[in-house]
This record gives sequence, structure tokens and C-alpha cells, in this order.
Amino acid sequence: MTRQTQKLILDIVTYALLILGSVIMLGPFLWMVSTSFKLPADQFTRTLIPPTWTLQNFRDLFAVDINFPLLFFNSAYISILIAIGQLITCAMAAFCFAVVKFRGRNLLFTLLLVTLMIPSQVTLIPNFIIFKWLGLIGTSVPLWLPAFWGGAFGTFLLRQYFLTIPRDLVDAARMDGASLFRIFWDVYMPLSKPALAALAIFTFQGAWNDLLHPLVYMPAVPHTTLTVGLAFFQQQLTLGGKFTVLMAGALISILPLVVVFFLAQKQFIEGIALSGVKR
Amino acid sequence: MDYGTKPLGREKLSLWLMLTPTLIGLAFGVLGSIVATIALSFTHWDLLTPPKWAGLANFIALFNDPKLIKAFTNTFLFSLLYVPSVVVISLLVAVLLNRKIRGVSIFRTIYFLPAVTSAVATALVWNMIYGKDTGILNYIIESFGGKGVCWLCTNNVLLALIIVNVWGAIGEGMIIFLAGLTAVPREYYEAATLDGAGGSQQFFRITLPLVTPSIFFQTLMSTINAFQAYDYIYMLTRRGQGDSSFPVVVYSIYRNAWTFFNYGGASAQAIELAIFIILLMIFYLWLERRYVVYE
Repeated sequence: MTRQTQKLILDIVTYALLILGSVIMLGPFLWMVSTSFKLPADQFTRTLIPPTWTLQNFRDLFAVDINFPLLFFNSAYISILIAIGQLITCAMAAFCFAVVKFRGRNLLFTLLLVTLMIPSQVTLIPNFIIFKWLGLIGTSVPLWLPAFWGGAFGTFLLRQYFLTIPRDLVDAARMDGASLFRIFWDVYMPLSKPALAALAIFTFQGAWNDLLHPLVYMPAVPHTTLTVGLAFFQQQLTLGGKFTVLMAGALISILPLVVVFFLAQKQFIEGIALSGVKR
Repeated sequence: MDYGTKPLGREKLSLWLMLTPTLIGLAFGVLGSIVATIALSFTHWDLLTPPKWAGLANFIALFNDPKLIKAFTNTFLFSLLYVPSVVVISLLVAVLLNRKIRGVSIFRTIYFLPAVTSAVATALVWNMIYGKDTGILNYIIESFGGKGVCWLCTNNVLLALIIVNVWGAIGEGMIIFLAGLTAVPREYYEAATLDGAGGSQQFFRITLPLVTPSIFFQTLMSTINAFQAYDYIYMLTRRGQGDSSFPVVVYSIYRNAWTFFNYGGASAQAIELAIFIILLMIFYLWLERRYVVYE
């Protein structure tokens, strides 16, 4: 066998495996889209193309007892607030750890990294008790307020990126008499747009898809997020047998992230690669 | 490490101001909460009546409460299957995508899509796919002459959950491995080809050792995720009264605290979960020292 044919066979096997995998990865999404356009009566038909197309399922989402737009709005503003909180506080902390020399820096940073290993369930119960004591259960405050306390993951991610920015820039800015905050704001922020975008996307995605925290802090429909709402409707609607409406809701709920993903694929992928960089 | 610029004069103030949110989070949000959870785990408390001292009762439950034992066994069983599956499959996908072929970015997008979308939304469609009489999966199996099964019943639910969770995690693993693979210098392969090393030899002698840092990282992350797996399990195995056909530890924590108002017991379980994760991390770091190749 020549090298040429060997390569051809290898290429064919590669494509065959990748295409088979793609069918499995995409299949559930195609099924979701297909079902959301089917008539409720056709919900269990085993064809990918709906026998009869309908938009009724999407209209049903606006019914008063479902109040889907409110869920969508809640998820949106909570996720945006969380992304903003993390961006501001993690960027400031990461700048201090990456650029400024101060006593206790290494100890503090190590401590922060150790907390990455602590599962969030450990801190959930006391936080819940405090927010309950403050009378904030059922509001969105317990969901977004902690985002303004900084975070180990975001700080670590941004610090990694800040360390790649040439140190001469800091020295030059210092020569010009720039203060710490000026260096942070005028040098590091503009140069770190890719990493900041990646962190914004990550935290938004995490918040948008989170189930456990809204389940604990905002458990009652309709004053809750999309994830809790959908989990609730799974039991309600399926009792009434309307998988089609459920799929329409699921489709709408994933749409914003899918759009962001297509627009900012590079940031998504670089962000993950960045978080995997050796410490 | 000794790098960085020193704060001048009053800049010390702005330095600590910039660190304030993180310090508050660290002190109250994390460290304070950990201490509080440990304290709570020695009590019986429903938040309505005053807490009662429980001694070690909540921890002894780990050894004599069949439900809790079940939750921990399920978590271990799930992790044991989930972690290697994610690592092997995402490495395989990354290796395939790293062969310079056409359409890499399209495939990458497709494989990453489940990692972007919420587990809650995709679990809804998986729930349909797994349906016993109406689901498309059994339909496919039957059209190939097989016999459909009840995917979400006790006998098959573990396999069903592994499939969904791995499906959702391949995208991230693939990206980590692609980053690791592209960092392997091309010259290594060129030299190996000149020396007459075949494809499989190159994979096992060059690629695999040089991506051990990525394998290590991905194994670590997958393990942490496996121990905290919740969303798909909640969505696919929920039964009446908040029961589950495959309860895991996080499920048990949630149910104890927010269904049974047993905050002390739930705290003890959270502590136990953290201890298991930390022990595993220590074991991994020991493995890293022995087997991971850093250039």
C-alpha cells in the first residue's frame, strides 16, 4: 500500500467517524426543533419533518399560566448582572495579583485557588440561611449579589491572560507617572478584550444555564428563571401531554446562547483553552 | 515569585480597594460559609425551631442510612464510568480534528453545541428520546431488530445518564485536547517519520506522552463535574415527592435541605462530598507528579 492510499483510507475513516459523531451530537437538537413545530397530536410521530407545520406551540408559551416572557426576562437580567459583577470584581483582583507587588499576594492567591476545589454545595446552605434571614428568598438578589464578591475562576482566568501582557508597558506607564488604577484602566483593560469577552460569555452561560441556585433561591413559578420554569413545566405540561409546547420553550431558551456562540465562537473556545493552561 | 510594580504612597489604598470585593467573598462567601456548614453539620435544624446539638449523628448516617449510602454509591459509580468516557471520547474527537482535514471548524461547532446549551433544555428532549414506547431511540433499536428497553428505569438509568452527560461534556474536553495537541511541535512528527515510525507508533510515543498535561487537567475537571453532576439527573430521574430513580449526593443534599428541612444532615453530606473531592484531588496531584510529562 502506498502512502497515498494509506492517507486516503485514514481520511475516509476520519470523516466517517466525525460524521457519525455529528449525527449523535446534533440529533437531539434537530428533534427539539422538529417537535416544536409539530401539532400536539403529532408529537410522537417518528419523522423528523413535521407532518403539519404549526407555530401554535410558540404562541402557547405566551399563555398567562405559563408566563414564558417573564421567565425569559428574569434569566436575562440576572445573567447580565452576574456577568457584569464578575467582570468588574475579577478584573480588579486579577490585576492586583498579576501586576502589583504587595505583601501576602502569593498567600492570598493560593487561598483563592484552593477555593476552586470546594464544591458550591458546601457554601449553599449557610448562604441560603443568611438570605432567608434577610427576607430575600423569592427575589433575584441571592442569585446575582454574590457575583459582586469576585470569584476564583474568573480571577484565575484573567490573571493568566494579564501575565502574558509585556511588563515593559507597566514600566513605561510608570515613567509617565501613571497611577495603578490608570494602568489598570488604560493599559490592561483595552489589551485584555479577548479574555474579558471570554469571561463575560462564560459567566453569562453559567448563570443562564444554572438550575440548582435558582431552584433554591427562586423556586416558585412564574417569579423564577427559565431553567426552573422549564423543569416545572416538564411535570405540568407533560401531564397534559404537550411535549410540543415544552420543546418550543426549550428551543427559545437555548436560542440566545446559540446565537452568542455562533457570533463569538473564538472567545468561547479561547476562553476554555485559556482556563486549561498549565498553572 | 517576585514580579510586579510596587504601590506608591497612597496607592496602597487603591490596591486594597480593588481587592475588597474578592476579600469579602473569600472571607464571608467561602471561608465563613465553610465554617458555618461544618458547624451546622453537628446540629439538627429545620430553620423553624432552634437548632439542636446532634453530635456526630449526621455523619454516622453515612454508614447506616441506606438512602445516603445509595446516593454515595451512585455518585461513585457514575464518576467511575463518566470520567474515563469523557476523557477518551473527547481525546479521540480532538485527534480526528487535529488531522489537517477540511471542515474542522464546522465539526468543532457541532461537537461544542451541547456544551453551550442548558442541560435543562436538552434534558427535556432527551427525556422524549428515551421514552419507552414513544421514544425515537427504542424505535431505532427496534428497526435494527433489537428490543426496546425502559431507559430511565432502575436497570438502565445509569447507562442513560452516562450517555447524556458525556454527550454534554465532549465539547469542552475536545477544546482542551485540541489546545494540547496543537502545542506539540510538528518537528517531532517529521523526525519520527524520517526514522520510519508509523502512525500508531507516533501516537503512543509522541502524542500521548505530550498531551498528558491536558489529559490530567481534563480528568481533574471531569471528576469535579462528575461529583457535582445534578442537572441532567434532576431532569431525567425525578419521580413523585421529589424522589429519584438514581439519587446522587447533590440530589440528596438538595432534597434533605429543601424538601425535608433537614439542614444539618444536608450540611454533613456537603462536607462529606467536599472531603471526597479533596481526597481525590490529592490522589490526582500525586499521580501528576509520577506520570505527567511537562516539557
